[in-house]
Amino acid sequence: MNIDTVMVDYISQLSRLELEAEEKQDMAAQLGQVIAYMDVLNKLDTDGVEPMSHVFPVKNVLREDEVLPSQDRAELLSGSPVPDEEAFLTPKAVE
Amino acid sequence: MTWETVIGLETHVELATKTKIFCSCTTAFGGAPNTHCCPVCTGMPGTLPVLNKKVLEFAVKAGLALNCSITRYSRFDRKNYFYPDLPKAYQISQLYLPIARDGAVPIRTDTGDKTIRIHELHMEEDAGKLVHDPWLEQTRADYNRCGVPLIEIVTEPDFRTAGEVIAYLEKLKEMLQYLGVSDCKMQEGSLRCDVNLSVRPLGSCELGTRTEMKNLNSFKAIARAIGYEARRQIELIEEGKRVVQETRRWDENKDASYAMRSKENAQDYRYFPEPDIPPIELSQKYLDGLRASQPELAEAKRARYQADYGLPAYDCEMITSHRALAAFFEALVELGVPPKQGANWMMGQVLGALSQRAMEPKDMKLTPSTLARLISLVGEGRLNRNTAVKVFEAVFDTNGDVDEYVAAHGLEQVNDSQLVQEICVKVLQAHPQSVSDYRGGKEKAFGFLVGQVMRALKGKANPQTVNEALRKLLDA
Repeated sequence: MNIDTVMVDYISQLSRLELEAEEKQDMAAQLGQVIAYMDVLNKLDTDGVEPMSHVFPVKNVLREDEVLPSQDRAELLSGSPVPDEEAFLTPKAVE
Repeated sequence: MTWETVIGLETHVELATKTKIFCSCTTAFGGAPNTHCCPVCTGMPGTLPVLNKKVLEFAVKAGLALNCSITRYSRFDRKNYFYPDLPKAYQISQLYLPIARDGAVPIRTDTGDKTIRIHELHMEEDAGKLVHDPWLEQTRADYNRCGVPLIEIVTEPDFRTAGEVIAYLEKLKEMLQYLGVSDCKMQEGSLRCDVNLSVRPLGSCELGTRTEMKNLNSFKAIARAIGYEARRQIELIEEGKRVVQETRRWDENKDASYAMRSKENAQDYRYFPEPDIPPIELSQKYLDGLRASQPELAEAKRARYQADYGLPAYDCEMITSHRALAAFFEALVELGVPPKQGANWMMGQVLGALSQRAMEPKDMKLTPSTLARLISLVGEGRLNRNTAVKVFEAVFDTNGDVDEYVAAHGLEQVNDSQLVQEICVKVLQAHPQSVSDYRGGKEKAFGFLVGQVMRALKGKANPQTVNEALRKLLDA
Protein backbone atom coordinates (compact mmCIF):
# COMPACT_ATOMS: atom_id res chain seq x y z
CA MET A 1 0.00 0.00 0.00
CA ASN A 2 1.31 3.42 -0.93
CA ILE A 3 1.10 6.35 1.48
CA ASP A 4 0.64 9.64 -0.36
CA THR A 5 0.24 13.14 1.04
CA VAL A 6 -3.56 12.85 0.75
CA MET A 7 -3.44 9.94 3.19
CA VAL A 8 -1.04 11.85 5.44
CA ASP A 9 -3.47 14.80 5.42
CA TYR A 10 -6.30 12.52 6.49
CA ILE A 11 -4.32 10.86 9.28
CA SER A 12 -3.00 14.17 10.59
CA GLN A 13 -6.54 15.55 10.60
CA LEU A 14 -7.77 12.58 12.66
CA SER A 15 -4.85 13.09 15.04
CA ARG A 16 -5.32 16.88 15.18
CA LEU A 17 -1.73 17.43 14.04
CA GLU A 18 -0.76 20.34 11.83
CA LEU A 19 2.10 19.48 9.48
CA GLU A 20 4.16 21.66 7.16
CA ALA A 21 4.39 20.64 3.50
CA GLU A 22 7.93 19.35 4.02
CA GLU A 23 6.92 17.34 7.10
CA LYS A 24 4.12 15.76 5.12
CA GLN A 25 6.63 14.49 2.57
CA ASP A 26 8.79 13.04 5.39
CA MET A 27 5.76 11.45 7.03
CA ALA A 28 4.58 9.89 3.79
CA ALA A 29 7.99 8.29 3.34
CA GLN A 30 8.24 7.07 6.94
CA LEU A 31 4.69 5.71 7.10
CA GLY A 32 5.34 4.07 3.73
CA GLN A 33 8.24 2.17 5.30
CA VAL A 34 6.08 1.05 8.23
CA ILE A 35 3.42 -0.24 5.87
CA ALA A 36 6.05 -1.93 3.70
CA TYR A 37 7.23 -3.82 6.79
CA MET A 38 3.64 -5.02 7.33
CA ASP A 39 3.80 -6.42 3.82
CA VAL A 40 6.89 -8.40 4.88
CA LEU A 41 5.03 -9.72 7.94
CA ASN A 42 2.04 -10.58 5.78
CA LYS A 43 4.22 -12.98 3.79
CA LEU A 44 4.49 -15.21 6.86
CA ASP A 45 2.25 -18.25 6.82
CA THR A 46 -0.04 -17.72 9.84
CA ASP A 47 -2.59 -20.40 9.02
CA GLY A 48 -3.69 -22.09 12.22
CA VAL A 49 -2.03 -19.48 14.44
CA GLU A 50 -4.31 -17.87 17.04
CA PRO A 51 -4.34 -14.07 16.73
CA MET A 52 -2.70 -12.56 19.83
CA SER A 53 -3.51 -9.17 21.31
CA HIS A 54 -1.30 -9.31 24.40
CA VAL A 55 2.29 -10.45 24.67
CA PHE A 56 2.20 -11.58 28.30
CA PRO A 57 0.12 -14.51 29.53
CA VAL A 58 -1.88 -12.31 31.90
CA LYS A 59 -5.65 -12.38 32.12
CA ASN A 60 -8.53 -11.36 34.42
CA VAL A 61 -6.81 -8.45 36.16
CA LEU A 62 -9.67 -7.05 38.22
CA ARG A 63 -10.20 -4.79 41.22
CA GLU A 64 -12.88 -4.73 43.93
CA ASP A 65 -15.69 -2.16 43.63
CA GLU A 66 -14.54 -0.05 46.59
CA VAL A 67 -14.49 3.74 46.58
CA LEU A 68 -11.18 5.45 47.31
CA PRO A 69 -10.83 9.23 47.70
CA SER A 70 -10.53 11.07 44.38
CA GLN A 71 -7.68 13.46 43.76
CA ASP A 72 -7.73 16.96 45.19
CA ARG A 73 -9.24 19.14 42.48
CA ALA A 74 -6.71 21.97 42.68
CA GLU A 75 -3.92 19.43 42.35
CA LEU A 76 -5.69 17.67 39.47
CA LEU A 77 -6.17 20.92 37.56
CA SER A 78 -2.68 22.26 38.30
CA GLY A 79 -1.21 20.85 35.11
CA SER A 80 -3.90 22.43 32.96
CA PRO A 81 -2.56 25.02 30.45
CA VAL A 82 -5.44 27.44 31.12
CA PRO A 83 -5.93 28.00 34.85
CA ASP A 84 -9.46 27.61 36.26
CA GLU A 85 -10.76 26.66 39.70
CA GLU A 86 -13.36 24.12 38.56
CA ALA A 87 -12.82 22.80 35.09
CA PHE A 88 -10.40 21.95 32.34
CA LEU A 89 -10.75 24.60 29.64
CA THR A 90 -10.42 23.74 25.99
CA PRO A 91 -10.93 25.68 22.76
CA LYS A 92 -14.60 25.89 21.82
CA ALA A 93 -15.79 22.35 21.15
CA VAL A 94 -19.57 22.56 21.51
CA GLU A 95 -22.08 24.73 19.69
CA MET B 1 -47.37 3.44 -1.65
CA THR B 2 -47.40 1.89 1.79
CA TRP B 3 -44.17 2.34 3.73
CA GLU B 4 -42.66 0.26 6.46
CA THR B 5 -40.45 1.73 9.19
CA VAL B 6 -37.46 -0.35 10.28
CA ILE B 7 -35.83 0.49 13.60
CA GLY B 8 -32.84 -0.77 15.55
CA LEU B 9 -31.82 0.50 18.98
CA GLU B 10 -28.55 1.18 20.72
CA THR B 11 -29.17 1.60 24.42
CA HIS B 12 -26.55 2.82 26.85
CA VAL B 13 -27.15 1.81 30.43
CA GLU B 14 -25.15 3.15 33.33
CA LEU B 15 -24.25 0.38 35.76
CA ALA B 16 -25.08 0.75 39.45
CA THR B 17 -21.54 0.17 40.71
CA LYS B 18 -20.01 2.23 43.49
CA THR B 19 -16.89 3.06 41.51
CA LYS B 20 -15.92 3.82 37.93
CA ILE B 21 -15.03 1.13 35.42
CA PHE B 22 -11.24 1.53 35.52
CA CYS B 23 -10.50 3.48 38.72
CA SER B 24 -11.75 3.79 42.31
CA CYS B 25 -13.47 7.20 41.97
CA THR B 26 -17.11 7.32 43.04
CA THR B 27 -19.91 7.16 40.46
CA ALA B 28 -22.26 9.27 42.63
CA PHE B 29 -24.54 11.54 40.57
CA GLY B 30 -23.93 15.27 40.82
CA GLY B 31 -20.97 16.58 42.77
CA ALA B 32 -19.02 19.77 42.07
CA PRO B 33 -17.20 19.66 38.70
CA ASN B 34 -14.07 17.48 38.61
CA THR B 35 -14.32 16.35 42.24
CA HIS B 36 -14.91 12.67 41.34
CA CYS B 37 -11.74 12.41 39.32
CA CYS B 38 -8.23 11.02 39.49
CA PRO B 39 -5.25 10.68 37.13
CA VAL B 40 -6.75 7.51 35.57
CA CYS B 41 -10.15 8.92 34.58
CA THR B 42 -8.67 12.25 33.45
CA GLY B 43 -6.28 10.39 31.16
CA MET B 44 -3.01 11.48 32.70
CA PRO B 45 0.02 9.93 31.00
CA GLY B 46 1.48 6.82 32.61
CA THR B 47 -1.64 5.73 34.47
CA LEU B 48 -2.95 2.16 34.32
CA PRO B 49 -6.69 1.41 34.18
CA VAL B 50 -7.84 -1.73 36.05
CA LEU B 51 -11.25 -3.28 35.36
CA ASN B 52 -13.89 -3.19 38.13
CA LYS B 53 -14.96 -6.76 39.04
CA LYS B 54 -18.57 -5.65 39.54
CA VAL B 55 -18.79 -4.18 36.03
CA LEU B 56 -17.93 -7.56 34.54
CA GLU B 57 -20.44 -9.29 36.82
CA PHE B 58 -23.26 -6.83 35.97
CA ALA B 59 -22.57 -7.07 32.24
CA VAL B 60 -22.71 -10.89 32.36
CA LYS B 61 -25.89 -10.82 34.47
CA ALA B 62 -27.55 -8.49 31.96
CA GLY B 63 -26.35 -10.69 29.09
CA LEU B 64 -27.82 -13.79 30.72
CA ALA B 65 -31.16 -12.08 31.35
CA LEU B 66 -31.28 -11.03 27.66
CA ASN B 67 -30.76 -14.69 26.66
CA CYS B 68 -27.38 -13.91 25.11
CA SER B 69 -24.51 -16.30 24.70
CA ILE B 70 -21.70 -15.09 26.95
CA THR B 71 -18.28 -14.67 25.36
CA ARG B 72 -15.92 -16.91 27.35
CA TYR B 73 -12.83 -15.12 26.05
CA SER B 74 -13.52 -11.40 25.88
CA ARG B 75 -11.37 -8.35 25.34
CA PHE B 76 -11.38 -4.55 25.31
CA ASP B 77 -10.57 -2.37 22.32
CA ARG B 78 -9.50 1.22 21.89
CA LYS B 79 -11.85 3.52 19.99
CA ASN B 80 -9.79 6.52 18.94
CA TYR B 81 -11.24 9.97 18.60
CA PHE B 82 -10.20 13.46 19.50
CA TYR B 83 -12.92 15.23 21.37
CA PRO B 84 -12.39 16.79 24.79
CA ASP B 85 -15.20 14.80 26.46
CA LEU B 86 -12.68 11.94 26.62
CA PRO B 87 -9.32 13.21 27.83
CA LYS B 88 -7.38 10.09 26.77
CA ALA B 89 -8.36 10.80 23.12
CA TYR B 90 -9.83 7.30 23.02
CA GLN B 91 -12.63 5.38 24.68
CA ILE B 92 -11.99 1.93 26.08
CA SER B 93 -14.82 -0.16 24.62
CA GLN B 94 -15.36 -3.61 23.10
CA LEU B 95 -15.61 -4.15 19.34
CA TYR B 96 -14.18 -7.51 18.32
CA LEU B 97 -15.11 -9.71 21.28
CA PRO B 98 -18.06 -8.15 23.15
CA ILE B 99 -18.99 -9.82 26.43
CA ALA B 100 -22.38 -11.07 25.16
CA ARG B 101 -23.99 -11.75 21.77
CA ASP B 102 -27.05 -13.18 20.04
CA GLY B 103 -29.77 -12.60 22.61
CA ALA B 104 -33.56 -12.39 22.37
CA VAL B 105 -36.17 -10.40 24.27
CA PRO B 106 -39.87 -11.25 23.97
CA ILE B 107 -42.12 -8.19 24.00
CA ARG B 108 -45.88 -7.72 24.10
CA THR B 109 -47.75 -4.88 22.37
CA ASP B 110 -51.37 -4.16 21.47
CA THR B 111 -50.72 -5.76 18.10
CA GLY B 112 -49.35 -9.01 19.51
CA ASP B 113 -46.24 -10.81 20.77
CA LYS B 114 -42.84 -10.50 19.15
CA THR B 115 -39.21 -11.31 19.78
CA ILE B 116 -36.53 -8.65 19.47
CA ARG B 117 -33.10 -10.08 18.70
CA ILE B 118 -30.10 -8.69 20.57
CA HIS B 119 -27.06 -8.30 18.33
CA GLU B 120 -24.58 -7.73 21.13
CA LEU B 121 -23.92 -6.27 24.57
CA HIS B 122 -20.59 -4.70 25.41
CA MET B 123 -18.87 -2.83 28.24
CA GLU B 124 -17.39 0.65 27.87
CA GLU B 125 -16.68 3.88 29.72
CA ASP B 126 -18.85 6.99 29.75
CA ALA B 127 -17.49 10.37 28.62
CA GLY B 128 -17.31 13.66 30.50
CA LYS B 129 -19.60 16.65 30.24
CA LEU B 130 -18.75 19.66 28.11
CA VAL B 131 -20.33 23.05 28.70
CA HIS B 132 -19.63 26.02 26.51
CA ASP B 133 -18.74 29.16 28.37
CA PRO B 134 -20.00 32.10 26.27
CA TRP B 135 -17.96 34.64 28.29
CA LEU B 136 -14.63 32.94 27.77
CA GLU B 137 -15.51 31.56 24.31
CA GLN B 138 -14.12 28.30 25.66
CA THR B 139 -15.44 24.89 26.57
CA ARG B 140 -15.42 23.74 30.19
CA ALA B 141 -14.80 20.04 30.69
CA ASP B 142 -16.15 18.25 33.78
CA TYR B 143 -14.85 14.67 34.02
CA ASN B 144 -17.04 13.42 36.91
CA ARG B 145 -18.97 11.17 34.48
CA CYS B 146 -15.85 10.17 32.63
CA GLY B 147 -15.14 6.49 33.29
CA VAL B 148 -18.57 5.70 34.72
CA PRO B 149 -19.32 2.12 33.57
CA LEU B 150 -21.81 1.57 30.77
CA ILE B 151 -23.17 -1.38 28.91
CA GLU B 152 -24.33 -0.77 25.37
CA ILE B 153 -27.09 -3.09 24.18
CA VAL B 154 -27.51 -3.24 20.41
CA THR B 155 -30.62 -4.81 18.87
CA GLU B 156 -31.12 -6.13 15.35
CA PRO B 157 -33.38 -3.91 13.18
CA ASP B 158 -36.47 -5.78 14.40
CA PHE B 159 -38.81 -2.95 15.41
CA ARG B 160 -41.54 -1.69 13.08
CA THR B 161 -43.40 0.79 15.33
CA ALA B 162 -42.73 3.23 18.15
CA GLY B 163 -45.02 1.06 20.29
CA GLU B 164 -42.67 -1.90 19.91
CA VAL B 165 -39.68 0.27 20.80
CA ILE B 166 -41.33 1.54 23.97
CA ALA B 167 -42.47 -1.98 24.97
CA TYR B 168 -38.89 -3.23 24.57
CA LEU B 169 -37.42 -0.32 26.55
CA GLU B 170 -39.93 -0.79 29.36
CA LYS B 171 -39.08 -4.49 29.48
CA LEU B 172 -35.36 -3.77 29.44
CA LYS B 173 -35.70 -1.19 32.19
CA GLU B 174 -37.75 -3.51 34.40
CA MET B 175 -35.29 -6.35 33.82
CA LEU B 176 -32.19 -4.32 34.62
CA GLN B 177 -33.80 -2.80 37.70
CA TYR B 178 -34.76 -6.25 39.01
CA LEU B 179 -31.23 -7.49 38.38
CA GLY B 180 -29.94 -4.53 40.38
CA VAL B 181 -27.63 -3.79 37.46
CA SER B 182 -28.84 -0.22 36.89
CA ASP B 183 -31.38 2.21 38.28
CA CYS B 184 -32.29 3.17 34.67
CA LYS B 185 -33.19 6.79 35.47
CA MET B 186 -33.65 8.45 32.10
CA GLN B 187 -33.78 11.91 33.67
CA GLU B 188 -30.30 11.37 35.15
CA GLY B 189 -29.05 9.84 31.92
CA SER B 190 -28.52 6.35 33.29
CA LEU B 191 -30.57 4.94 30.41
CA ARG B 192 -29.99 6.56 27.02
CA CYS B 193 -31.13 5.49 23.66
CA ASP B 194 -30.02 6.04 20.04
CA VAL B 195 -32.56 5.19 17.36
CA ASN B 196 -31.44 3.86 13.96
CA LEU B 197 -34.28 4.25 11.49
CA SER B 198 -34.92 3.65 7.81
CA VAL B 199 -38.04 3.22 5.66
CA ARG B 200 -38.82 0.87 2.77
CA PRO B 201 -41.82 -0.09 0.67
CA LEU B 202 -43.93 -2.60 2.60
CA GLY B 203 -43.00 -6.10 1.52
CA SER B 204 -39.46 -5.19 0.47
CA CYS B 205 -36.62 -7.19 2.07
CA GLU B 206 -33.88 -4.66 1.45
CA LEU B 207 -33.03 -2.06 4.09
CA GLY B 208 -33.23 1.62 3.17
CA THR B 209 -30.58 4.20 4.08
CA ARG B 210 -30.73 4.78 7.81
CA THR B 211 -30.18 7.75 10.05
CA GLU B 212 -29.18 7.67 13.69
CA MET B 213 -30.98 9.88 16.18
CA LYS B 214 -29.39 10.96 19.44
CA ASN B 215 -30.35 12.99 22.48
CA LEU B 216 -33.57 11.15 23.26
CA ASN B 217 -34.19 11.66 26.95
CA SER B 218 -37.64 10.23 27.56
CA PHE B 219 -39.98 7.55 26.22
CA LYS B 220 -42.18 10.36 24.95
CA ALA B 221 -39.30 11.94 23.05
CA ILE B 222 -38.41 8.56 21.52
CA ALA B 223 -41.96 7.98 20.28
CA ARG B 224 -42.22 11.50 18.82
CA ALA B 225 -38.78 11.35 17.21
CA ILE B 226 -39.63 8.03 15.51
CA GLY B 227 -42.84 9.48 14.07
CA TYR B 228 -41.05 12.61 12.89
CA GLU B 229 -38.09 10.82 11.29
CA ALA B 230 -40.22 8.22 9.48
CA ARG B 231 -42.37 11.01 7.99
CA ARG B 232 -39.30 13.02 7.00
CA GLN B 233 -37.70 10.08 5.18
CA ILE B 234 -40.93 9.09 3.40
CA GLU B 235 -41.46 12.68 2.22
CA LEU B 236 -37.89 12.86 0.90
CA ILE B 237 -38.29 9.65 -1.10
CA GLU B 238 -41.73 10.59 -2.40
CA GLU B 239 -40.28 13.92 -3.60
CA GLY B 240 -37.67 11.93 -5.49
CA LYS B 241 -34.85 12.86 -3.12
CA ARG B 242 -32.43 10.65 -1.26
CA VAL B 243 -32.07 9.91 2.47
CA VAL B 244 -28.55 10.79 3.58
CA GLN B 245 -26.89 8.53 6.11
CA GLU B 246 -26.18 10.85 9.02
CA THR B 247 -26.48 11.42 12.73
CA ARG B 248 -29.34 13.64 13.77
CA ARG B 249 -29.98 15.39 17.04
CA TRP B 250 -33.51 15.47 18.47
CA ASP B 251 -34.62 18.87 19.76
CA GLU B 252 -37.42 18.24 22.23
CA ASN B 253 -38.47 21.90 22.44
CA LYS B 254 -38.81 22.25 18.67
CA ASP B 255 -40.22 18.76 18.20
CA ALA B 256 -37.86 18.18 15.28
CA SER B 257 -34.48 16.63 14.53
CA TYR B 258 -31.45 18.28 12.93
CA ALA B 259 -28.46 16.83 11.13
CA MET B 260 -25.31 17.15 13.19
CA ARG B 261 -22.36 18.85 11.50
CA SER B 262 -20.39 16.61 9.20
CA LYS B 263 -17.34 17.10 11.43
CA GLU B 264 -19.19 15.36 14.25
CA ASN B 265 -20.25 12.75 11.74
CA ALA B 266 -16.74 11.80 10.68
CA GLN B 267 -16.31 8.26 11.88
CA ASP B 268 -12.93 6.63 11.61
CA TYR B 269 -12.24 5.26 15.03
CA ARG B 270 -9.21 3.10 14.10
CA TYR B 271 -10.08 0.46 16.69
CA PHE B 272 -7.32 -1.79 17.97
CA PRO B 273 -6.99 -4.17 20.94
CA GLU B 274 -6.60 -2.26 24.21
CA PRO B 275 -3.09 -3.02 25.48
CA ASP B 276 -3.72 -1.77 29.05
CA ILE B 277 -6.51 -4.23 29.87
CA PRO B 278 -5.58 -7.93 29.75
CA PRO B 279 -8.20 -10.23 28.25
CA ILE B 280 -11.05 -11.70 30.28
CA GLU B 281 -11.51 -15.43 30.43
CA LEU B 282 -14.66 -16.65 32.18
CA SER B 283 -14.72 -20.09 33.76
CA GLN B 284 -17.74 -22.38 33.64
CA LYS B 285 -17.84 -22.17 37.44
CA TYR B 286 -18.04 -18.38 37.33
CA LEU B 287 -20.88 -18.45 34.80
CA ASP B 288 -22.76 -21.19 36.68
CA GLY B 289 -22.45 -19.16 39.88
CA LEU B 290 -23.90 -16.03 38.27
CA ARG B 291 -26.64 -18.00 36.56
CA ALA B 292 -27.66 -19.53 39.90
CA SER B 293 -27.71 -16.13 41.60
CA GLN B 294 -29.98 -14.50 38.99
CA PRO B 295 -33.07 -13.19 40.80
CA GLU B 296 -36.60 -14.07 39.73
CA LEU B 297 -37.61 -11.38 37.23
CA ALA B 298 -40.91 -9.48 37.19
CA GLU B 299 -42.48 -11.56 34.46
CA ALA B 300 -41.85 -14.84 36.31
CA LYS B 301 -43.19 -13.28 39.51
CA ARG B 302 -46.40 -12.17 37.81
CA ALA B 303 -46.99 -15.65 36.45
CA ARG B 304 -46.31 -17.21 39.86
CA TYR B 305 -48.59 -14.80 41.77
CA GLN B 306 -51.41 -15.59 39.36
CA ALA B 307 -50.90 -19.35 39.40
CA ASP B 308 -50.04 -19.90 43.08
CA TYR B 309 -52.02 -17.14 44.78
CA GLY B 310 -54.84 -16.61 42.31
CA LEU B 311 -54.25 -12.86 42.22
CA PRO B 312 -55.84 -10.79 39.42
CA ALA B 313 -53.49 -9.87 36.55
CA TYR B 314 -53.80 -6.16 37.32
CA ASP B 315 -52.77 -6.63 40.96
CA CYS B 316 -49.76 -8.71 39.86
CA GLU B 317 -48.77 -6.00 37.42
CA MET B 318 -48.93 -3.30 40.10
CA ILE B 319 -47.15 -5.27 42.80
CA THR B 320 -44.29 -6.22 40.48
CA SER B 321 -43.97 -2.72 39.03
CA HIS B 322 -41.09 -2.15 41.46
CA ARG B 323 -38.67 -4.70 42.81
CA ALA B 324 -39.07 -3.23 46.32
CA LEU B 325 -42.88 -3.64 46.22
CA ALA B 326 -42.65 -7.28 45.10
CA ALA B 327 -40.10 -7.97 47.84
CA PHE B 328 -42.44 -6.33 50.39
CA PHE B 329 -45.37 -8.44 49.26
CA GLU B 330 -43.35 -11.65 49.32
CA ALA B 331 -42.14 -10.83 52.83
CA LEU B 332 -45.80 -10.42 53.94
CA VAL B 333 -46.63 -13.86 52.57
CA GLU B 334 -43.52 -15.27 54.21
CA LEU B 335 -44.76 -13.86 57.54
CA GLY B 336 -47.99 -15.84 57.16
CA VAL B 337 -50.30 -13.21 55.69
CA PRO B 338 -52.80 -14.85 53.31
CA PRO B 339 -51.65 -13.73 49.79
CA LYS B 340 -55.02 -12.26 48.79
CA GLN B 341 -55.24 -10.18 51.97
CA GLY B 342 -51.64 -9.11 51.53
CA ALA B 343 -52.32 -8.08 47.94
CA ASN B 344 -55.43 -6.12 48.99
CA TRP B 345 -53.42 -4.14 51.50
CA MET B 346 -50.68 -3.55 48.92
CA MET B 347 -53.14 -2.38 46.27
CA GLY B 348 -55.30 -0.27 48.59
CA GLN B 349 -53.16 1.15 51.34
CA VAL B 350 -49.47 0.77 50.42
CA LEU B 351 -49.73 2.01 46.82
CA GLY B 352 -52.15 4.74 47.91
CA ALA B 353 -49.86 5.98 50.67
CA LEU B 354 -46.86 5.96 48.32
CA SER B 355 -48.57 7.88 45.56
CA GLN B 356 -50.00 10.38 48.05
CA ARG B 357 -46.46 11.11 49.20
CA ALA B 358 -44.89 10.78 45.72
CA MET B 359 -42.52 8.33 47.38
CA GLU B 360 -40.41 5.60 45.77
CA PRO B 361 -41.23 2.13 47.17
CA LYS B 362 -37.62 1.55 48.10
CA ASP B 363 -37.67 4.62 50.37
CA MET B 364 -40.63 3.34 52.39
CA LYS B 365 -40.02 3.16 56.16
CA LEU B 366 -42.89 0.77 56.89
CA THR B 367 -41.65 -2.80 57.20
CA PRO B 368 -43.48 -5.96 56.14
CA SER B 369 -43.55 -7.21 59.75
CA THR B 370 -45.38 -4.08 60.91
CA LEU B 371 -48.04 -4.47 58.23
CA ALA B 372 -48.24 -8.22 58.86
CA ARG B 373 -48.93 -7.52 62.54
CA LEU B 374 -51.68 -5.06 61.62
CA ILE B 375 -53.28 -7.54 59.24
CA SER B 376 -53.16 -10.27 61.87
CA LEU B 377 -54.92 -8.00 64.40
CA VAL B 378 -57.77 -7.66 61.90
CA GLY B 379 -57.76 -11.43 61.37
CA GLU B 380 -57.97 -12.06 65.10
CA GLY B 381 -60.93 -9.72 65.34
CA ARG B 382 -59.09 -7.30 67.56
CA LEU B 383 -59.29 -4.41 65.07
CA ASN B 384 -62.00 -3.74 62.56
CA ARG B 385 -60.91 -2.99 59.01
CA ASN B 386 -61.75 0.74 59.12
CA THR B 387 -59.80 1.28 62.32
CA ALA B 388 -56.91 -0.76 60.91
CA VAL B 389 -56.68 1.60 57.93
CA LYS B 390 -56.44 4.51 60.37
CA VAL B 391 -53.67 2.71 62.26
CA PHE B 392 -51.90 2.06 58.93
CA GLU B 393 -51.91 5.77 58.12
CA ALA B 394 -50.58 6.55 61.59
CA VAL B 395 -47.64 4.13 61.48
CA PHE B 396 -46.77 4.34 57.74
CA ASP B 397 -44.26 7.18 57.88
CA THR B 398 -42.44 6.06 61.01
CA ASN B 399 -42.95 2.30 61.00
CA GLY B 400 -44.45 2.82 64.49
CA ASP B 401 -45.40 -0.05 66.80
CA VAL B 402 -48.90 -1.18 65.89
CA ASP B 403 -49.75 -2.72 69.29
CA GLU B 404 -48.54 0.33 71.15
CA TYR B 405 -50.55 2.65 68.92
CA VAL B 406 -53.73 0.59 69.31
CA ALA B 407 -53.33 0.44 73.10
CA ALA B 408 -52.46 4.13 73.46
CA HIS B 409 -55.51 5.21 71.46
CA GLY B 410 -57.89 2.60 72.86
CA LEU B 411 -58.73 1.28 69.38
CA GLU B 412 -59.16 -2.36 70.14
CA GLN B 413 -62.36 -3.71 68.69
CA VAL B 414 -65.32 -4.13 71.01
CA ASN B 415 -66.33 -7.77 70.78
CA ASP B 416 -68.20 -7.71 74.08
CA SER B 417 -71.62 -8.81 72.81
CA GLN B 418 -73.20 -7.88 76.13
CA LEU B 419 -72.05 -4.30 75.71
CA VAL B 420 -73.04 -4.19 72.05
CA GLN B 421 -76.48 -5.55 72.98
CA GLU B 422 -77.00 -2.80 75.57
CA ILE B 423 -76.02 -0.05 73.14
CA CYS B 424 -78.31 -1.48 70.47
CA VAL B 425 -81.26 -1.43 72.83
CA LYS B 426 -80.54 2.21 73.71
CA VAL B 427 -80.21 3.22 70.05
CA LEU B 428 -83.53 1.57 69.15
CA GLN B 429 -85.25 3.35 72.02
CA ALA B 430 -83.82 6.70 70.89
CA HIS B 431 -84.93 6.26 67.24
CA PRO B 432 -88.48 4.84 67.19
CA GLN B 433 -89.14 6.38 63.73
CA SER B 434 -86.26 4.43 62.12
CA VAL B 435 -87.40 1.27 63.85
CA SER B 436 -90.88 1.54 62.36
CA ASP B 437 -89.40 2.52 58.96
CA TYR B 438 -87.30 -0.63 59.02
CA ARG B 439 -90.23 -2.80 60.04
CA GLY B 440 -92.20 -1.11 57.25
CA GLY B 441 -89.64 -2.50 54.77
CA LYS B 442 -87.18 0.40 54.48
CA GLU B 443 -83.78 -1.36 54.52
CA LYS B 444 -82.06 2.04 54.48
CA ALA B 445 -83.16 2.64 58.05
CA PHE B 446 -81.09 -0.35 59.12
CA GLY B 447 -77.87 1.25 57.88
CA PHE B 448 -78.72 4.38 59.84
CA LEU B 449 -79.19 2.37 63.03
CA VAL B 450 -75.87 0.50 62.52
CA GLY B 451 -74.18 3.86 62.11
CA GLN B 452 -75.67 5.11 65.39
CA VAL B 453 -74.41 2.04 67.26
CA MET B 454 -70.93 2.35 65.73
CA ARG B 455 -70.88 6.01 66.70
CA ALA B 456 -71.80 5.23 70.29
CA LEU B 457 -68.94 2.73 70.36
CA LYS B 458 -66.50 5.18 68.69
CA GLY B 459 -66.21 3.02 65.58
CA LYS B 460 -64.49 0.22 67.44
CA ALA B 461 -67.28 -2.34 67.37
CA ASN B 462 -67.08 -5.45 65.29
CA PRO B 463 -69.54 -4.65 62.47
CA GLN B 464 -70.59 -8.28 62.30
CA THR B 465 -71.58 -8.34 65.98
CA VAL B 466 -73.52 -5.09 65.62
CA ASN B 467 -75.41 -6.35 62.56
CA GLU B 468 -76.39 -9.56 64.24
CA ALA B 469 -77.49 -7.92 67.50
CA LEU B 470 -79.61 -5.31 65.69
CA ARG B 471 -81.29 -7.77 63.39
CA LYS B 472 -82.13 -9.99 66.31
CA LEU B 473 -83.74 -7.11 68.23
CA LEU B 474 -85.59 -5.68 65.22
CA ASP B 475 -86.81 -8.94 63.77
CA ALA B 476 -87.89 -10.27 67.16
